[in-house]
Amino acid sequence: MLDTYTLQTGTGFWDPVVWIVVFLVAFLIALAIWLLGEKDYRRGTQQVKPFLSGNVEPEKADVHMRAGNLYWGFTEAMKGYYSRLVPLHTGVLNDYVLWFLGVMALVFVIVGVAA
Amino acid sequence: MMQEIILQNLPALLLAVPMLGAFATPLIGRAGGGARNLWTVAVMLATLAIAIVLTAQVLSSGTVVYTFGAGAADLTVPADSGGIPVRIIFTVDAMGAFMTLSASIVGLGVMLYSLSSASRSTGQNGYYALLLLLVVGILGMVCTGDMFNFFVFLEINSLAGAALVAYRVDKGVAVEGGLKYAVLSTLGGLLVLFAIALLYGQYDALNIAVLASRIQFTPLDQIALVMLLVALAMKAGAVPMHFWTPDAYSMAPSAITALLVVASQASLYGVFRVVFTLYGLTLNYVTIGWIIIILGVLSMFVGVTMAIPQKDVKRLMAYHAVSQTGYMLLGVGVGLAVLGNPQLLDSYGVIAMEGGIFHIINHAMYKGLLFLTAGAIFYRTGTRNLNQLGGLGHSMKWTMVFFIIGALAIAGIPPFNGFASKLMIYESVFLFNPLLAIIAMVVSILTLASFVKVFHSIFMGPRLPEYAEVREAPTPMLIGMGLLSLLVVLFGIFPQEVVDILITPAASALIDQGGYIASVLGGA
Repeated sequence: MLDTYTLQTGTGFWDPVVWIVVFLVAFLIALAIWLLGEKDYRRGTQQVKPFLSGNVEPEKADVHMRAGNLYWGFTEAMKGYYSRLVPLHTGVLNDYVLWFLGVMALVFVIVGVAA
Repeated sequence: MMQEIILQNLPALLLAVPMLGAFATPLIGRAGGGARNLWTVAVMLATLAIAIVLTAQVLSSGTVVYTFGAGAADLTVPADSGGIPVRIIFTVDAMGAFMTLSASIVGLGVMLYSLSSASRSTGQNGYYALLLLLVVGILGMVCTGDMFNFFVFLEINSLAGAALVAYRVDKGVAVEGGLKYAVLSTLGGLLVLFAIALLYGQYDALNIAVLASRIQFTPLDQIALVMLLVALAMKAGAVPMHFWTPDAYSMAPSAITALLVVASQASLYGVFRVVFTLYGLTLNYVTIGWIIIILGVLSMFVGVTMAIPQKDVKRLMAYHAVSQTGYMLLGVGVGLAVLGNPQLLDSYGVIAMEGGIFHIINHAMYKGLLFLTAGAIFYRTGTRNLNQLGGLGHSMKWTMVFFIIGALAIAGIPPFNGFASKLMIYESVFLFNPLLAIIAMVVSILTLASFVKVFHSIFMGPRLPEYAEVREAPTPMLIGMGLLSLLVVLFGIFPQEVVDILITPAASALIDQGGYIASVLGGA
């Protein structure tokens, strides 16, 4: 029966049902470990308030990590790549048309030479 | 009797129903918004039902040929026509049927979603009429067996799409996006028309089967091929002709963006139909295959790397749409590159094609879903700026769940549908060229990284004061997203069923040029 659900990829296979069963077992084990943990947690009490070494808790909006701060390191490391790629996206329609015609000319040459 | 008439005229009805629906919508809209909404959903449901029955017919009995205006639907070549099928003929093989099914499912999801998402806007009669016309354009492109007819539906697709991109005006920015889409689509359409004229001038025919049976790959054929290939690849959003996609996708209403993804896939279908069915083995398949592969790799990598720094969630998703198109081009391009080598084709070429084709329907589902979730967020918060969003997981739980499903699927995480098609592409492409497979896997990792950022930015964090009043998306929007989510999950859990029933026949139909020709010309 499992064969019915097994995706054949030519050189390998993939069985999502087995994967889901394994995932569920792992989830149940994790749940069991979690249930063995501390039981005196109380929602809505002083317990849930953050302790910041006695400092006043900042506004919620100030502690949320905004999108602009994420992957700064990645884009910084790839600055050389992005400094060339981003300016190509000018937003100018004339440039879009030129790219289109340029690619067509290039493919003309390649197909013509290959023929 | 009625049932028999319907079954005999399915290809015509598949177009006639949404077309009638489109033109009748403004009229029915005069009776009230409720009547119009009921009408448009009923039309889309009927279209999906026809697509399902037509697909079942194609899969059970082979290619369905429908001749418009003939005494019998299968009378393709009139006795006095000199062997040329002079009428417009729809040729729906397994590949075409697969595309109709994909488009109709997304069309229904989009229609349900629009009931809420468009409810605050003016001009809804025109909106729904154009939406149905866009569906007509897509379905016509994937059903027709006639090149000029293909051009006509391409134009319907482009015009309806451009009008819908500009629908919300948005201080002129949406109109600018629509204008860019319209100008490039028109330029592409003109080149397609010119290419068709070159073929017609040489072979006195517009029917794809007739052209395929006569084509010689002369210099004029090569010029026509390049025009068709590049114009349709541009319409599909392949890099470096993708620049219009973020502009148009981000400014269109989200429901429309989901359907524009399918509209772009219809052009991708056009690329595949031209190279496999129209030209087949006459063209230099290694060169053309590599051109498609390079377009695919560029699309994958440039698309995903441009997505990562985006701050507008829809522009980000638009770049991901470009990136995912690259996978389809890569898979099918590898199949084309080894088309003339039966051993390699059997060894990995067919699987690569199946992976690419499977990715088409998977992409239509999860990318459509992601655009719908972005639309739900915009509907409730009024912004698409990731720097301004946050904490919505507290108030939009269902939208968050649907987003997670879509995000994991696009990143190729098991057990969702994107993983299944990407796995087929990775393994088969690895045998063709390991570097290409590695690039494809790296792109998947970057896709996941990008969507982790989006997920965190929108849903995680404390409930922000400015969104304290935000509620869950309206029920019709949730139903639209739920429909696509369900398919994303089901296609992921039962991939082999989908491959066996839909994908393998579609790939076989694409490869079998002789079968396509014989279905129209009767083995001539």
